[in-house]
Amino acid sequence: MRKLLLLASVILVGLIFVARLFYLQVYNSTAYNIFEDSAIKKEFTYPKRGYVYDRNGKLLVANQPSYDVMVIPRDVEPLDSTDFYEFCNLLKITKADYIKKFQKAKNYSPRLPSPFVQQLSKSDYAVLQEKMRKYTGFYIQKRSLRSYQTTIGANVLGDIGEVNKSIIAKQPYYRLGDLIGKQGIEKTYENTLRGTKGITFIQKDRFNKNIGPYKDGIYDTLPKPGKDITITIESKLQAYGELLMKNKRGGIVAIEPSSGEILAMVSGPSYNPNLLVGRDRSKNFNKLYRDSIAKPLFDRGLQAMYPPGSPFKTLNALVGLQEGVVTTKDRFSCALGYRYGNRKMGCHVHRSPADMNIGIYESCNAYFANVYRRIIDKYDSPAEGMDNWSKHVKSFGLGNYLNNDLSVGQPGKVPTAETYNRGYGKNRWYTTFTLSNAIGQGEVLATPIQLANMAAAIGNRGYYYTPHIIKTIEDETIPNKFTTPKYTTIDKRHFEPVVQGMHDVYNKGTAKRLKVPGIEICGKTGTAENFAIIDSVKTQLTDHSIFVAFAPKDNPKIAIAVFVENGYYGSRFAGRMASLMIEYYIKGEITRTDMENFVLRYSLEHEYEKPFSNEPFGINRKTILDPIDEKDFQQNIKIKAEINKS
Amino acid sequence: MLRENQRRFRLDWITIILFLLLIGFGYVNILSASHVGEITSYFDMSQPYGKQTVFIGLTFVLIVLILSFEAKFYERFASLIYLVAILALLGLFIFGKDVNGARSWYGIGSMTIQPSEFAKFATALAVAKYISDLQTNMQTLKDQIRVAAIIVLPALLILLQNDAGSTIVYLAFFFVFYREGLQQVYLIVALSVITLAVLALKFGIIAAGILTSVVLVARYFLKNKKRPNILQYIIVLIACIAFSYSVKLFYEHGLKPHQQNRISLWLRLEKDPAKLELMKKREAYNLIQSEQAISSGGWTGKGFLQGTRTTGKFVPEQHTDYIFSTVGEEWGFLGSAFVVLLFIVLIIRILYLAESQKSQFSRVYGYGVASIFFVHFTINTGMVMGLIPTVGIPLPFFSYGGSGLWGFTILLFIFIKLDSNKINEW
Repeated sequence: MRKLLLLASVILVGLIFVARLFYLQVYNSTAYNIFEDSAIKKEFTYPKRGYVYDRNGKLLVANQPSYDVMVIPRDVEPLDSTDFYEFCNLLKITKADYIKKFQKAKNYSPRLPSPFVQQLSKSDYAVLQEKMRKYTGFYIQKRSLRSYQTTIGANVLGDIGEVNKSIIAKQPYYRLGDLIGKQGIEKTYENTLRGTKGITFIQKDRFNKNIGPYKDGIYDTLPKPGKDITITIESKLQAYGELLMKNKRGGIVAIEPSSGEILAMVSGPSYNPNLLVGRDRSKNFNKLYRDSIAKPLFDRGLQAMYPPGSPFKTLNALVGLQEGVVTTKDRFSCALGYRYGNRKMGCHVHRSPADMNIGIYESCNAYFANVYRRIIDKYDSPAEGMDNWSKHVKSFGLGNYLNNDLSVGQPGKVPTAETYNRGYGKNRWYTTFTLSNAIGQGEVLATPIQLANMAAAIGNRGYYYTPHIIKTIEDETIPNKFTTPKYTTIDKRHFEPVVQGMHDVYNKGTAKRLKVPGIEICGKTGTAENFAIIDSVKTQLTDHSIFVAFAPKDNPKIAIAVFVENGYYGSRFAGRMASLMIEYYIKGEITRTDMENFVLRYSLEHEYEKPFSNEPFGINRKTILDPIDEKDFQQNIKIKAEINKS
Repeated sequence: MLRENQRRFRLDWITIILFLLLIGFGYVNILSASHVGEITSYFDMSQPYGKQTVFIGLTFVLIVLILSFEAKFYERFASLIYLVAILALLGLFIFGKDVNGARSWYGIGSMTIQPSEFAKFATALAVAKYISDLQTNMQTLKDQIRVAAIIVLPALLILLQNDAGSTIVYLAFFFVFYREGLQQVYLIVALSVITLAVLALKFGIIAAGILTSVVLVARYFLKNKKRPNILQYIIVLIACIAFSYSVKLFYEHGLKPHQQNRISLWLRLEKDPAKLELMKKREAYNLIQSEQAISSGGWTGKGFLQGTRTTGKFVPEQHTDYIFSTVGEEWGFLGSAFVVLLFIVLIIRILYLAESQKSQFSRVYGYGVASIFFVHFTINTGMVMGLIPTVGIPLPFFSYGGSGLWGFTILLFIFIKLDSNKINEW
């Protein structure tokens, strides 16, 4: 027994120690991560963010240096009151700010760096740099901010802002205070533009003194500069589009049909991208974000889903021909509308009976109601007909995300049999229940970019390239999903009559007053009813003005969709704007100055105020044109001249 | 003649190999913990590792010297050696040199020597000599007092020189006395004292009193033969409560503030977060750094000379008392468990050899050696990984320092010499 006491103690101690070591080193320790190791200081060198050029090589976005004061709370030593006062003064903060910021940084992590005061001006930086040595625990991190060489394209270019904690949690590349693309191409091409940070690992001792590179710098990396990109935007056209959209809300998307390149992407109201740079970014962003009425951050060209209205009729004509349920010669009569059962779909006064050509250029509702019924009723059940129709329509890029390189988008909507089965019950609905689809109302929804793409597919006679914004990336090729054509389900031969119909819209139809000399434009007007809830009453507002076009008729160079909220009938605003954009792009100048003056002179702001006026108001026919001040009009003319010069 | 020689030099190679492994691995870690910048020469005398190279070299001279004496020499001259050690300790009060507040060193030129490291083997020899005397009976109080005096004398001198850590090591001899016949009751008292002290500090005197009462009542009723006098029980209870109270008093008024704080941290007595924060920056700083270094090693460690916390000198005194944290960081769980294993195997091997000795002197001495290694290892390693309050004593063969290394080497190799001689004894 006596012999055993020491032996037992030794064995017991051995076991306890091994268990303790296991607890400390294996059980309780996370895998070694050099970034968590406070003995190693990580210094980052931020690369140049890639520049952005427009399709003609004009520089749109460059960089400017910015200086952030960073803090590692654990390393901060208390300052005496004069130094403290001076430090706060240099940073232009109050003592309370200091305490608040310091606490925030400490809460995040006492040993990891947090931004303390961000984006100092160059002059503040120059003064501060001299004294930085005095403030242990603080250091200056140089970063690069964006410098916009233009005032247009905020929705296209987007902006960069500080990463938030949820991004850091998902993508360990980013550290607190880093900048990341938040909107637009800055977001979609973040990885291309940002490059890769360089890292230097420095061994520190317990007094936080640098004692040399960690492992002789074998893990250190040099920063890799971000790549420059060229986008497909034609900045003059973009600027012109934004000018035309002034005092209006809506979207314009112009595409080059032969490549799918987006030439212009306008959303109104817009804002100056320079607002979202530097120390005021969050203040300005909040202001834009909180504007829930004009919604300047909502990209109407990409995100606004509207009923496409009459331009959608062209698709029904194509589906009808493809399915062989109608020929171009078939005529349908129109008695101011189309009667079915005891209901009626109204139409306006025009030649009757109408064949396809007349149907398109006069935009006859009755004609398309007949065609649509034949398409759906071709099969035994409306469900089968509906799915077949839906398949054709979707092949034009409608009803789903375009899957492109834009940071936002909406799928729009194309109904299928399932849509109605859900609404009415299986086999408990008939073609007439869905008749509004014939004229692009009803269950169909599309975004302006989808309509522009549809116009491009018609202009190409049956195929399109996914609309995209990237033209070239330094030393890289663009994804081939943007360079391979996507074919629609309609045979090429069926397009000609529809294209001719659209051309006749300009010759003798709803857009005959919008003709541009020397350019063969094909287009289609559209008008969409819309409603708002005012004091819990569904109230009709002035129609949206819609226009879809491409030009020239053969081998089109541009396809465009214009959407103007509450602009009334299609040719009133959208048609004029589309025709002007086409002329400006193709000719580089405007000959139809009468149209231009109209658009630049008249504002729709009074329309947008109506729902908030608390007073009864008239719509459509009762609406009036509201000119802006002569001074502002002259200003617009001056801007136009400047765009021309640039 | 040849047979005679073989007999004489039956060295226990297992122990020697364990010793060499410890010295070698210890040196590797001192190298890591003490180097600043590039290692230009292992003999760079401006660096601790350079000095350690020389210390280790001299150790082998020392070993040859120890082994060349007759085994009987150590038994015969035990008293004399003890006397010299005591004189050396006394001399410190006159000639000693203060280092970190402790007057434990003689300065000879740039060298320093710490007699307390040598007093251990001297005391072990003296204890062995006394106990192995045929007249000695560890069951008698007279002999208990005398043998206690042998260890108390050096312990007291060391305590007076302000080196409390090294004093604690002398408790190791309890294992020796117990093995050699000390009554069971001492063990019970020793365990009770530790339990009561911890209880009184952690949970208060009342808790200690209640627990004592429960144990006593249970014992009273479980004793089914003749029931002893109830008065005895009451006296024991009062003694226990008085002891608890005195522990508390001693903790609050008898200890120096830094010692008090070490115990407070160990038992987690401090509740005030502000004070705790302050303690973490001061008394617990070493401990926290050391635990972090060990934790960061993971399974296999960061590799030789690759420990970031070791290279950055985050753990103060890392090459001396905190050397085990280097093992933890650079060699990970596998390396540190291996070191623990080396020590355990070494101690068990010495115990095994001690039990197989034919002379009582050798056995008692061997037991002393094992106990001293055990106490050093337990306290040092336990402290470095945060299981035991901070006590500044070195890890045998690992920690930097000539005196320690030589003291432990002499301690061990005298036993190896004694052991090698056992065949010649009848």
